[in-house]
Amino acid sequence: MSEGLKSALVHGGLLVVLFGLQFVLPAYHHGNLARIMVLASYAIGFNVLFGYTGLLSLGHALFFAAGMYGMGLSVEHLGAAPAPALLAGVVAGLLVSGVIGVLALRTSGVAFMIVTLMFAQAGYLTVLYAGAYTRGDEGFVVQQAQRVMMGVDLSDPSHRYFAGFTLFAICLIATLWLVRSPFGKVLIAIRENEDRATMLGYDVFARKLAAVMISGTISAMAGAVYGLLFGYVGASFASVQYSIFPLLWVLLGGAGTIVGPFIGTLFMFYLIDLSSQVTTAYMLIAGIVLVALTLFAPQGLAGMLRKRIWRGLP
Amino acid sequence: MLLSTRGLSKQFAGLHAVENVDFDLPEGQVHALIGPNGAGKTTFVGLLCGRIAPTSGSVWFDGRDISHLPAHKRINLGIAYTFQITSVFANLSVAENVELAARRGMRGRAVQRASQQALAQVGLADRQEQNAGYLSYGHQRLLEIAMGLAQQPRLLILDEPTQGLADREVEGFIELVRGLAGAMTILLIEHNMPVVMRAAEQITVLNSGRILAQGSPGDIRADRAVQSAYLGTG
Repeated sequence: MSEGLKSALVHGGLLVVLFGLQFVLPAYHHGNLARIMVLASYAIGFNVLFGYTGLLSLGHALFFAAGMYGMGLSVEHLGAAPAPALLAGVVAGLLVSGVIGVLALRTSGVAFMIVTLMFAQAGYLTVLYAGAYTRGDEGFVVQQAQRVMMGVDLSDPSHRYFAGFTLFAICLIATLWLVRSPFGKVLIAIRENEDRATMLGYDVFARKLAAVMISGTISAMAGAVYGLLFGYVGASFASVQYSIFPLLWVLLGGAGTIVGPFIGTLFMFYLIDLSSQVTTAYMLIAGIVLVALTLFAPQGLAGMLRKRIWRGLP
Repeated sequence: MLLSTRGLSKQFAGLHAVENVDFDLPEGQVHALIGPNGAGKTTFVGLLCGRIAPTSGSVWFDGRDISHLPAHKRINLGIAYTFQITSVFANLSVAENVELAARRGMRGRAVQRASQQALAQVGLADRQEQNAGYLSYGHQRLLEIAMGLAQQPRLLILDEPTQGLADREVEGFIELVRGLAGAMTILLIEHNMPVVMRAAEQITVLNSGRILAQGSPGDIRADRAVQSAYLGTG
């Protein structure tokens, strides 16, 4: 079986299963999975930069929030319909990631982590400072009437699931195409050996900037969809916690793999969900499992698949 | 002249690593740059391809002043540089390494053709699918050279290419360079004297950042200053 066919089967198979699950899952898990698919799309965006380009950003909440507030504020203050509001969120993410990319990419390594973290904190504080428009910490609700997109009520669970699935499928297929394209291969080359990539004639800065913008825009798209599907826009989504989440999900699932972000998000979500049913000290259980995974599968779950079963897993 | 430098200098905290070098390399020549350790060879080629910024002086390529171009733009003008310390993409396949090098100048099927041709030239055609990191050190050196060839450059700069190669591979390398002579201009930085004497048409000797002597292999062998500085008088 050719590598291309195998990849189509694995990723296509995952999408078919996710599509089918909506008809069989009980309501509780149905709702969870819709949320997981949107968050996994955020993790996919993060993974483009971290897993494939080798740049660790600690400030992706800024992009997620840019999308969420770009969408939410245009609904709240401009009375925008969902479709143009989503577009506003995506454009906000594109612009913010472009500016942050130009500034932060003047640094590398640890300095890049600190600079991105700092910008994200500045973004978080801006949300609080502009409380007159954003309602700060408290946030605001996107009303059910404002969430009807082209006749489809996105507050309805089955529509919500399908919308989350659509976003996830787009992100998965787009990044799968991206990392197999010549451009994606240069990103991987930069991750592996930046100096060598420069000395092969590649403009490394321009490509890293493009990677920041692609990653930021996907994250913003996920943020905008999240706000729209679940009807709430708040400052907590801009906090440092939401910068750390995608890093955790991607590390758990397998950095630099296409299915890793989804596996990691799913795993982490249910790890917390199940352990909190057992004990109030659920973070302890989660912590121990995370430590064990880091010890025994440092490349993440999909990374382990790649190592043991299929070396060509994209 | 394909490549020239005028008054090229580089100081590191008061140390003159390269001092006032005027260097000319005509198109099509195989030129070797030799000199004792610390003579400034690697700094000099770093200045040529833009990895290091000069303190003063200029670099000209094909009649154009490239002193202020960043490294990747110089590469795109037709300069290829292979690293002294092996610097392949260890987690990518051998073929992918070479294709990354080839893809700057061409698209589609031509990339694979150029890549396979370059791998065949260095004798690695049967290892395309292997991860570059699993190759032996000598084979990684050959892969470096293949990456340089795949770029189909006008000027190929090889920084100590035979370091760590087995004798048989060194023989192959000398044949390869001789075969390329005329088709591309080669600047060879090399420690291995027999290789230099057999492969190069012209030799420049650097010592303490300055040009000590220039000439054919025969001239250099006979030069007394070179003998005392480098080759040993015994």
